[in-house]
Amino acid sequence: MTEPAVAGLVTGSAADPETEPIVEVTDLHVSFGEIHAVRGVSFAVRPGECVAIVGESGSGKSVTARTLLGLTGDDARVRAGSFRVEGADASAFGERRWRSVRGRRIGFVLQDALVSLDALRPVGKEVAEALRLHRPVPRGAVAGRVVELLREVGVPEPELRARQYPHELSGGLRQRALIASAIACHPRLLIADEPTTALDVTVQAQILRLLAERKRTGTALLLISHDLAVVAELADRVLVMKDGVVVEDGPAERVLREPDHPYTRRLLAAVPMEHAKGTRLSVAEGEPPRTITPPVPGEIVIEARDLVKAFHGRPAVDGVSFELRAGETLGVVGESGSGKTTTARLVLGLLAPDAGSVEIDGRPWAGLTAGERRELRRHIQVVYQDPLSSFDPRFTVRRVLDEALGVGGEPRATRRDRAVELLEQVGLDASVLDRRPLRLSGGQRQRVAIARALAPRPRVIVCDEPVSALDVSIQAQVLDLLADLQSELGIAYLFISHHLGVVHHVSDRVLVMKDGRAVEYGDVRQVFTEPRAAYTRELLAAIPRLDAVSTGLPTRRAS
Amino acid sequence: MSGPRRRTGRLVLTRVGTSVLVLWGAVTVSFTALHLTPGNVADVLIGSSTVTPEVRAQIIADYGLDRPLLTQYATYLGRVLRGDLGQSYQLHESVAAAIGAQLGASVQLTLSALVLAVVASTTLALLTARRARWIRGLSSGLELVGVSIPTFWTAILLLTVFSFQLGWFPAAGGEGFAGLVLPVIAVALPVTTMLTQMMRESLELVLDEPFVLTARARGMPDLGVRLRHALRHTLVPAVTLIGWIVGLLLGSMVPVEQIFSRQGIGQLTLGAVTGKDLPVVMGVVLVTAVLYVVVNILVDLLYLVIDPRLRGAR
Repeated sequence: MTEPAVAGLVTGSAADPETEPIVEVTDLHVSFGEIHAVRGVSFAVRPGECVAIVGESGSGKSVTARTLLGLTGDDARVRAGSFRVEGADASAFGERRWRSVRGRRIGFVLQDALVSLDALRPVGKEVAEALRLHRPVPRGAVAGRVVELLREVGVPEPELRARQYPHELSGGLRQRALIASAIACHPRLLIADEPTTALDVTVQAQILRLLAERKRTGTALLLISHDLAVVAELADRVLVMKDGVVVEDGPAERVLREPDHPYTRRLLAAVPMEHAKGTRLSVAEGEPPRTITPPVPGEIVIEARDLVKAFHGRPAVDGVSFELRAGETLGVVGESGSGKTTTARLVLGLLAPDAGSVEIDGRPWAGLTAGERRELRRHIQVVYQDPLSSFDPRFTVRRVLDEALGVGGEPRATRRDRAVELLEQVGLDASVLDRRPLRLSGGQRQRVAIARALAPRPRVIVCDEPVSALDVSIQAQVLDLLADLQSELGIAYLFISHHLGVVHHVSDRVLVMKDGRAVEYGDVRQVFTEPRAAYTRELLAAIPRLDAVSTGLPTRRAS
Repeated sequence: MSGPRRRTGRLVLTRVGTSVLVLWGAVTVSFTALHLTPGNVADVLIGSSTVTPEVRAQIIADYGLDRPLLTQYATYLGRVLRGDLGQSYQLHESVAAAIGAQLGASVQLTLSALVLAVVASTTLALLTARRARWIRGLSSGLELVGVSIPTFWTAILLLTVFSFQLGWFPAAGGEGFAGLVLPVIAVALPVTTMLTQMMRESLELVLDEPFVLTARARGMPDLGVRLRHALRHTLVPAVTLIGWIVGLLLGSMVPVEQIFSRQGIGQLTLGAVTGKDLPVVMGVVLVTAVLYVVVNILVDLLYLVIDPRLRGAR
């Protein structure tokens, strides 16, 4: 790259390659049969610029991204007012011409490298593939260039890693390798579709730094994300998409600070980090924010003492103690492999600890007969991340609830009324009774899962990543629902999440886990404002923040 | 790197161990069958041929028929271990020699058919997966026909058209390549259709995977994506199916060798069964069991070659 682009968003003369858009679309429409996925989207990405498309699932953001590579698929109809790639009319591109664009002029990074890299090939071969396809270096230099590229994206021991398979690498290294394969031929534009969604927060921060570095060296970025905070770190310009339409479009700072469109405002309000416990996240337009009165904590419902559990000699949980009182929420936060899920399974009595004890309502799991365990299990229920896989797909909602009510000892005669009552409690009505989980939306499914958990009238619900699979606005509604149920019924939650913002929002107290140990345990305010453990500080520093946008105008940065 | 290799070694050892158990089971079953067959064991072994009293005495001595059952079992086991499958009193040669003379032709036919089927179905699956509706419709229609026609019928049809009418290939026996063509086609046809269906289905699933999109986004042509990425992912289920098919093919040798008047294990078995030549039948059972076990070990090793994720498992 010669000089950094100083012009930023200001359009220069069309002939100037420094400012001429790398891609430019106006009035883009994409439809699949009857489904009109993208309706009239217009934008341009210029050198050194980062444009972000933000939206929830089904908004058409990923389809838009794929259109820029000519990869919408054979069954898609693409129509645009104008569609230019580096000045050439892309609507006239044939397959061969597109192939010369893909990987060479425009690179593409998908989320979750575990499935986005070929599991049967070493990662080095994947990087080499891009080099062999476009020949930016002679054949003999490919192996050396692969190592260089891996080093460039921050992969340690690149010679060794190049020979390893995706499943042998950590999530962060995999994602770096994927990025290396996308930038192998120095494309002028890098499209990143949810590049950090499957990653832990500290790894996410590293990947975002890596993308920022690419941008600094002059690569343009098109970032696709559902997460406004991730976008705030990098974007110069933000497009908010909903149902295939761009509802808001402007400089990142303006869109994230003074959003015009009610949908953008709703998305911003739904981000849990910025709100204290007790405020509602899902705000209907024109309605003043309501607060929820948290109940006063009661007697102890879970007491875990010095829990130890090892698998194949490797400790998964190592000396963890905590207590949870009725009407209270204890957030358990940590990255993958920190032992949070093992802790949950110990608490649920699904695993027996090697040492230590768990008491539910004052009764220990240890030494119970099978019948007594079943009886105790009514007091502690669970809600998982993906309710679809925890429902029998052939069961209707009625049968799911009926079964749960039966376990809870509800007499057959009153089960139907009770099922309707449960559905009302979670904000659904009797019309879903005869539907199957597959036919419900993600949010509805999670509500049914909560209704099922409520059926035996438990004292505690263990929530294992209950909102991680949901869009931010649905996530807000489900979190509000959990808060409502807590104030109404006095239930205690053991709330497990990797998402610090969510944990911050829902918890009274927080347990921070790393490598099976509790590194910090205390009041939510103390943990988040005056963390004692170095690891907690590291986690907090890694959270992408909406207010990062104030420092995020790197296109104007002179070298 | 030594970890996976050691695990692979251990896997092979366990496989060989269980295989020995399977073979021991096969030996025991044929020994039991021999003794459960109605009539005197010596008569059963002799079958429908007539022998002199000296030969009869020799059989009784060979099998230890005058001694307790357990000793007989031990003697039998010991002989099988030494590779002595006994004597066919109808063919007047050792069972091992009889099978050895016929095995080559059958293995040649089976392997050729298998190679043809694998090549054809891989090509067809690669060409038809995720294509226009009519291509897939046509292909799956033909596959249905191919699976439905019994092998003996295919064999008769091929013989009628290409040997009797067109005279392109020899009608009976047939040495070398020309004699092999029609039987190979007859045997390979149902296998090809089955494999094509399975491979196309798994290819279509694989082509939806994100890593395929990534490869396309790198600028890889469609054929390259199919060959270099998608194909290998369909090989694990394909190899499983092929392992099964090898066993079935040995069974289908009986009608095919009969119709094409070929030498082979099928003809040998047929003759032995109709002539009540029990030593040969028992020998064929054992050899089949050995083949099956070997194929299964190969299949398990192929899994490890194909999918690196399995190398660390277990």
